[in-house]
Amino acid sequence: MSERRIVLRFPTELIDQPVISTMLERHELRFNILRAHITPDEEGLMVLGLEGTEQDLDGAMQWMRDQGVGVQPLERDVVRDEEKCTHCGACINICPTGALSMDVETREVSFDPDKCVACGLCVPVCPPRAMSVSF
Amino acid sequence: MAKTYDEINEKIKAGEVVVVTAEEMVGVVAEQGAAAAAEKIDVVTTGTFSPMCSSGAFLNFGHSTPRMKLTNAWLNEVPAYAGLAAVDVYIGAAEVAKGDPLNRDFPGEFNYGGGHVIHDLIAGKDVRLRAKAYGTDCYPRRELDTWINIEDLNECYLCNPRNAYQNYNVAVNVHADRDIYTYMGVVKRDLGSANYSSAGQLSPLLNDPYYRTIGIGTRMFLGGAQGYVYWQGTQHEPTGERNDKGVPTGGAGTLATVGDMKQMDPRYVVGVSMLGYGASLALGLGTAIPILDEEMAAFCGVSDADIVAPIVDYSRDYPNNEGAPLGHVSYADLKSGAIEIKGKRVPTTPLSSYVRAKEIAEKLKGWIKAGEFFLTEPVQPLPSPEESPGFKMLNYRPIEGEQAPPTDRLRSEGDTRLREGSE
Ligand code: SF4
Ligand code: SF4
Repeated sequence: MSERRIVLRFPTELIDQPVISTMLERHELRFNILRAHITPDEEGLMVLGLEGTEQDLDGAMQWMRDQGVGVQPLERDVVRDEEKCTHCGACINICPTGALSMDVETREVSFDPDKCVACGLCVPVCPPRAMSVSF
Repeated sequence: MAKTYDEINEKIKAGEVVVVTAEEMVGVVAEQGAAAAAEKIDVVTTGTFSPMCSSGAFLNFGHSTPRMKLTNAWLNEVPAYAGLAAVDVYIGAAEVAKGDPLNRDFPGEFNYGGGHVIHDLIAGKDVRLRAKAYGTDCYPRRELDTWINIEDLNECYLCNPRNAYQNYNVAVNVHADRDIYTYMGVVKRDLGSANYSSAGQLSPLLNDPYYRTIGIGTRMFLGGAQGYVYWQGTQHEPTGERNDKGVPTGGAGTLATVGDMKQMDPRYVVGVSMLGYGASLALGLGTAIPILDEEMAAFCGVSDADIVAPIVDYSRDYPNNEGAPLGHVSYADLKSGAIEIKGKRVPTTPLSSYVRAKEIAEKLKGWIKAGEFFLTEPVQPLPSPEESPGFKMLNYRPIEGEQAPPTDRLRSEGDTRLREGSE
């Protein structure tokens, strides 16, 4: 079993299509929607966590590409501007995964991109706007 | 043996002064006792870095040709108060940019405000000044749209009516069926977070609880420069409850501060946006406390375990002036990452950066050791618990013949009323 986190982009014409459920019928995968968003120009964005065999994962990603869905692995979409971060800690209880956490001794807030699911919750909560998400 | 300000300043001049931060002083007093600490240590430095909405700046632009008496002014579209002489304005940290949707799209983001303008000026960025005037014989110009830079301003100084709150509330959310958005950050529903905002043992006024060495004229670290206390801060309230060490158990004293922006460092003057609340300024400040005697050493030996803060509900009690604190909790417990309230484990959220507070105390220590910063005896002390009239709530007096405005409660789901804007 492998795990993959991917960013999907649905063009307008696919937004109301049951792409995900059809994909799940064709491939044995466990999934978790980490973020879903429709942009003002009506493109759909979804961050998905998928679990399954490499074969099923590859197959599912290929099938979605064939349907016209943009598929890319979720990489460091979320960045922290180290110059801007004041290590205040306002974000630590907002981050659902513990990607942002405070060292109780040093009082420094660390950002672990590997734990980040790009939910974006920290972005408007961070007072000096040190966090940003780009898809 | 007691020391005087002059003696300490002589030691600074001679490069013999012994300075520690308030954090280091905790250990010194715990290990050696206050009397020995008073012999050994001359100065204790403090620091704090946190959003302080009651901050702002006076700016003088110099005169244009032809001259103009500004009636309305905007800096990067943030309104500045121009009800002063011709080219003087005051820009408040909490002012938001013109056209900001405020809380209409709740929770509002408040991405740019007065605090950001102040930061940008200190960072040396060009800022757009737009102004209008009605025109007079002596000041005929009616409109202005230009770039300004801190280099070209005559005077520009932070002049903050209220900074450095001595202790503060811990905000929790007991009653709302959603997260609430406050000046204390996002306070999560169902006692989901406990938000606090004080540097605790490093905080300026918590190390001099009765304001023995801090008052009008006290030199300090303000935004990376040397600034001064010019008055007690607004809402200065020394009369509240104190613990056996004399430390207030809730918000108490405050400082009004002033300092030259041209000398400041943008690292310590940062524009911030509080989700659903507004724009503000995170400001770094610190004080240098002379260890005149054993009592001052004992005061500065205060640790996070000795300082408690009241836990206040911000979903009903605080906004409506109801209820009583849910209890008190020490900063040592708050800093452990979670506290217990009503039998529930509640994660804590700090809003004040301890890392940067420590950096400020260290920096100030460095200045003193290098002979660059000297201590000042207050010209006049701040109002003491005995002298202070205490803090009053507004005495609401209905206007005869007018219907009283509605009293708003917490926004609920589907509440579509628009809050008034400042456009
Ligand atoms: S986007 Fe921010 S809040 Fe969400 S997981 Fe990543 S760090 Fe945490
Ligand atoms: S809220 Fe922003 S500034 Fe504060 S610790 Fe988190 S990332 Fe850093």
